[in-house]
Amino acid sequence: MQPVVQRLRTGKGAWNRKVSGAFFCFENLIGLDRCSMNSSVATLKNPQTLIVIGNGMVGHHCVEQLVERGALAQYKIHVFSEEPLRAYDRVHLSEYFTGRDAESLALSGVELYQQPGLTLHLGVPVLEIDRQRAEVITADGCFSFDKLVLATGSYPFVPPIEGAEGESRLVYRTLADLDTIQVAATNARRGVVVGGGLLGLEAANALKSLGLEAHVVEFAPRLMPVQLDDHGGLALKAQIEALGVSVHLSCATQSISAGDEYRYRMNFTGDEFLETDLVVFSAGIRPQDALARQCGLELGPRGGVAIDSQCRSSDPQIFAIGECAAWNGSVFGLVAPGYQMARAVAAQLCGEDSTPFMGADMSTKLKLLGVDVGSIGDAHGATAGSRSYRFIDEATASYRRLVVSPDGKHAIGAVLVGDNSYYDALLQYVQNGIKLPTDPACLILPQGEGAPALGADALPDTATICSCHNVSKAAVCAAIDDGCADLAGVKTCTKAGTGCGGCAALLKQVFEHELTARGVVVDKSLCEHFAYTRQELYSIVRVEGIESFDELLSKYGKGHLGCDICKPAVGSVLASCWNRSITDPLLVPLQDTNDTFMANMQKNGTYSVVPRIPGGEVTPDGLIAIGAVAKKYDLYTKITGGQRIDLFGAQLHQLPDIWSELIAAGFETGHAYGKSLRTVKSCVGSNWCRYGVQDSVGMALVLEDRYKGLRSPHKIKFAVSGCTRECAEAQSKDVGVIATENGWNLYVSGNGGMRPRHAELFATDLDDATLIRYIDRFLMFYIRTADRLQRTSVWRESLEGGLDYLKAVIIDDSLGLASELEAQMQLVVDRYECEWANALNDPEKLKRFRTFVNDKRSDPDIHFVKERQQRRPVRDTELSLIPLFEEVI
Amino acid sequence: MSRVEAKVQQGQGWQSLCSRQDLVANSGVVAWVDGIQVALFYLPGEPGDKQLYAVDNRDPKSGANVIGRGIVGSLSGNLVIAAPLYKQHFRLDDGTCLEYPEQSLRTWPVRLHGETVEIAMG
Repeated sequence: MQPVVQRLRTGKGAWNRKVSGAFFCFENLIGLDRCSMNSSVATLKNPQTLIVIGNGMVGHHCVEQLVERGALAQYKIHVFSEEPLRAYDRVHLSEYFTGRDAESLALSGVELYQQPGLTLHLGVPVLEIDRQRAEVITADGCFSFDKLVLATGSYPFVPPIEGAEGESRLVYRTLADLDTIQVAATNARRGVVVGGGLLGLEAANALKSLGLEAHVVEFAPRLMPVQLDDHGGLALKAQIEALGVSVHLSCATQSISAGDEYRYRMNFTGDEFLETDLVVFSAGIRPQDALARQCGLELGPRGGVAIDSQCRSSDPQIFAIGECAAWNGSVFGLVAPGYQMARAVAAQLCGEDSTPFMGADMSTKLKLLGVDVGSIGDAHGATAGSRSYRFIDEATASYRRLVVSPDGKHAIGAVLVGDNSYYDALLQYVQNGIKLPTDPACLILPQGEGAPALGADALPDTATICSCHNVSKAAVCAAIDDGCADLAGVKTCTKAGTGCGGCAALLKQVFEHELTARGVVVDKSLCEHFAYTRQELYSIVRVEGIESFDELLSKYGKGHLGCDICKPAVGSVLASCWNRSITDPLLVPLQDTNDTFMANMQKNGTYSVVPRIPGGEVTPDGLIAIGAVAKKYDLYTKITGGQRIDLFGAQLHQLPDIWSELIAAGFETGHAYGKSLRTVKSCVGSNWCRYGVQDSVGMALVLEDRYKGLRSPHKIKFAVSGCTRECAEAQSKDVGVIATENGWNLYVSGNGGMRPRHAELFATDLDDATLIRYIDRFLMFYIRTADRLQRTSVWRESLEGGLDYLKAVIIDDSLGLASELEAQMQLVVDRYECEWANALNDPEKLKRFRTFVNDKRSDPDIHFVKERQQRRPVRDTELSLIPLFEEVI
Repeated sequence: MSRVEAKVQQGQGWQSLCSRQDLVANSGVVAWVDGIQVALFYLPGEPGDKQLYAVDNRDPKSGANVIGRGIVGSLSGNLVIAAPLYKQHFRLDDGTCLEYPEQSLRTWPVRLHGETVEIAMG
């Protein structure tokens, strides 16, 4: 806005005169480009105004690309969204019913849309486009544009069926639709999805997650008729039915009437019927082209805004991208082609060269109801003269088909049901025209029978690794050459693997292969003394019952001393396994200095002391006792983020005295120095709060009491909130517990700190005993499998199989470990003792707490100054200001 | 001739510091010697003349007197002490820093005479 005003004031004299009377009004309005001001503003426009209609996945990607390419220097961007929510991940919509909320499905943080020059109008549908005046008309008024991008997406097609209305005519497209389905599902027993395609099966999964008996009704004689052939459809049907979803093929619904046993009866041709409590239609999509029709843009033969390969509509100022656009008469209902269009348009708008959109590969890889399904290229073998190889395994209902060119030299299509591990290699063969091996069948035969693995080295540089973000193998290599040393770095730098995530395994392969090719050996040794990872050492310690560092080193290590990497790591493992006191003479030399002296060393060599205040609950007497100690030893006193009190500035020899007094007042050690449970933060809960539904403080006390002293690969933080308002911020903790009307929701693997991560909902409505059982298992599984100094968040992200795998291990006991994990935790709990109380009872252990072994004095080099009525370490620059005669502590 | 004996022969006198009981095996303690803070490390598993080390307690990087509270270890055959604040390593036998050659710790000859720990400050 500033430059415009500048021009007004200093530029053309005529303008000055013309606007001066209404200057403030003008200044206010210019930000929004209201068309009421259009006539006077038009010639002043700089920057131009770009309007994007639609904030779905593709519209959002376009905005993201525009911002990344610096479009905000040229354009003021307004984004209009009919939905009240920021763009979210529609591909994973059914996870809304298994724990993900709208915010976690959101595609970006809110910051993207808070940049100056970019305005997101949520819940503001565009009602009309006036091409003559270059304006869009919304409920909030009209807005003029220089360029317009239509990204209005699609809407679900509902065939006209007599009697379909209300809960017998639900659709599955938006989060609002899901809310409606959820309401309809209350008190329902059975739900039917009409449509056995990709979205229909997703919808069936959603119904299943809601606890309904799910049925799929498909008009065609097989499931997923577009992507699969007959055999594939059969295999998928068998697998889905095994999961408890009934499939009805070749069924055309004629009408819906009132049911006898259920709310509705669906009547099919030929007197057959099926009763149900709700019906979700997912029989295909139609491009949302209403605005284009209204303003007279050219449309495709089957609907959709007709676009050229630059994604331009028949009006050169208007672009269309995603499912609302028809290129060459076809609408592309996948996210990758939509992203391709979004990139093409963003590049053009920023004056860059763009890759023309020339159609898209509709190959796709999905997990539907937990069943792998893949479809590549000419899956049906429609190419004249093509031949197929097929592998059918009726025992496990797996099916694979490879379609090859008439000359048999190249793969042109494939179908997979049951096992997508073949997908990446097959896709590369098809997309990059890689010559087939002599026996192409080996590509789809069960692995382990000598199939030549298509290694990352066989891929040409042009091979697309991530199709969502169009990242080639060459781009991944370039990122590595530019210094990306880990996979996370490559992802950040290239965006590969951050779209649908389907290429994750391939990306990892390419990354590791390229690293090896560059001579980088990925050495997983803990240090020069142990050629094992922390996980491996943990197993050895456990299985062989090893209780000392020396024993482990002599049997499995090199040398006889260890170092500052392996000693604390092994010390922590020994403590996690056996929970012997860390003040044990054999264990003392292993600990990091903070564990050795059971306090946190600060920059000047003094310590801070943190008594445990479980759940943040403290009596006035307790508070006074802490205050008295702090006052007596002149300790700098600060409240921590974990709802307790940190006392700074104690010298080594003062620690035993300070702790005797704290223990006498009823406190115990807070383990602030350990890689162990720190605090269980809590809100005040139902005892006091008018909103609380459970006693969060009570639960926090139980949890803190149970897990205090537990040694782990890194520190662990908990929180318990008494209601969904979440005042304890449990979703940023390693273990978060939030009260519900019926019990507790458990969240895991959250983190604040350098790389914040929201905890994920792990289980809902747990009773106290189950909650504790799950936390026992979760923590012990983490301790068992995490790397050294790996927080639960990073550990969770490194788990292959992700949250589902973790749930399987912890909740379903898929590894048969649950009782062992619980028993291990119980051992640790039973052996708990306050380390400070233990040390104070043993003069031998106290002898280490001497500043000098041969002299009673304090460290004369420690100086403090007063600031804000408390002392702090003196800075180097202040040292000369200290009078020489000042008495030191 | 051992390292210690060599230095002593150059005319340094031994003075007693503390007893073996004051030491902590495989770890460090600190002694006050005429205004100098000396960190003592005791490695009973090493050969006789390599069991005891005396180095400066002052960490040159932080300026704090904390070396005696670091972790003893071995790296590439060198016995080292890891400074507890910033984790840089110093060789116990000559005080050189593995990561920052410009930093180093003073070292002194030290020995066990019966149950008495003796140091030669020179």
